[in-house]
Amino acid sequence: MSDSAPIELPEGLWSQPAVDTSAVDSITDVESVQLITTPAKFVYDYTPGVARTRFLRAIEQKRLVGQRCPETQKVYIPPAGVSPVSGLPTLEEVELGLDGTVVSYCIVNLDFTGNAQEIPYVSALILVDGSDIPIYGLVREIAPEDVHFGLRLKSVWVEPEEMTTSFENIKWWAPNGEPDVPKSELADYV
Amino acid sequence: MSDQPTGQAANQAADDDVLRAPLLLEYPFRRTTGPVIGAYFTALREGHLVGILDDSGRVICPPVEYDPQSGKSLTKIVPVSSEGEVVHWTWNSMIREGQPFDHPFAWALIKLDGADTPIYHAVDASHEQMSAGMRVRARFALERRGEVSDLECFEPAN
Repeated sequence: MSDSAPIELPEGLWSQPAVDTSAVDSITDVESVQLITTPAKFVYDYTPGVARTRFLRAIEQKRLVGQRCPETQKVYIPPAGVSPVSGLPTLEEVELGLDGTVVSYCIVNLDFTGNAQEIPYVSALILVDGSDIPIYGLVREIAPEDVHFGLRLKSVWVEPEEMTTSFENIKWWAPNGEPDVPKSELADYV
Repeated sequence: MSDQPTGQAANQAADDDVLRAPLLLEYPFRRTTGPVIGAYFTALREGHLVGILDDSGRVICPPVEYDPQSGKSLTKIVPVSSEGEVVHWTWNSMIREGQPFDHPFAWALIKLDGADTPIYHAVDASHEQMSAGMRVRARFALERRGEVSDLECFEPAN
């Protein structure tokens, strides 16, 4: 193949010319396939580890728990069992509130979820009361344009009989009616 | 641990206390086929196999979009037979999810009559039946949707 001629690229957009199917009777007068679905699937046997198991068992009881870094005193949720800053084990478990504060958000106008979520919707970073790192959450029961930095939220949970060891126990977050948290108090979390 | 009175060994748990669950990650990709692969899938749906004529007059099956030597676009779709000859094969006795059968079978390179290049596919035959040079024919799915799995496998032609 070393002596083959240089490849001439077509002008303009790189697109393929139409094919000539006249030699194949069976496909000349039928609708051509143009689109296929090629699902890719990965099946994992997943274990969240000890720290997140404790977090998930708590969430089954409608509790949010974090773990505190022994050096920086920062509280992490969901806990990983180790401080990402000091590298030390986070041995102290901390009971957190069920409310939180918006520290960042995004109004989503694109359908990423295959219609699982009606657009527009608001995805926010929410600082759960008592923690030092925000978690992702869906914000509802408020017009997307009214969501703002410092907005106070409550977690909205599935019915008690639907509670499992899953983060999906929290359906979404909604305004809890409290006054906004001043910007100065959130400076470390943005 | 004496200096950690509140530690309560938060991260210690017996192994059987740790949660474990299947995690399914799935992407429902949709792809445009382009005219060449589209013609191949259209033919499969109709229960036929086709190849494509390359610059030197060889028939490549399954069809490719560009000439392997010159790189030029190929456009002439031509029919090939649903029967052919096993060129090479290997035996698959360790069946995994997503494979065409739940019993052992062969993977083979099959040169269809009228084609100059072999197609790679499963052959539903016993180990004793398999040999280079054996004749096989295509088995199409009963319900065909215009995709690669419309060609279910090959089977001994005799």
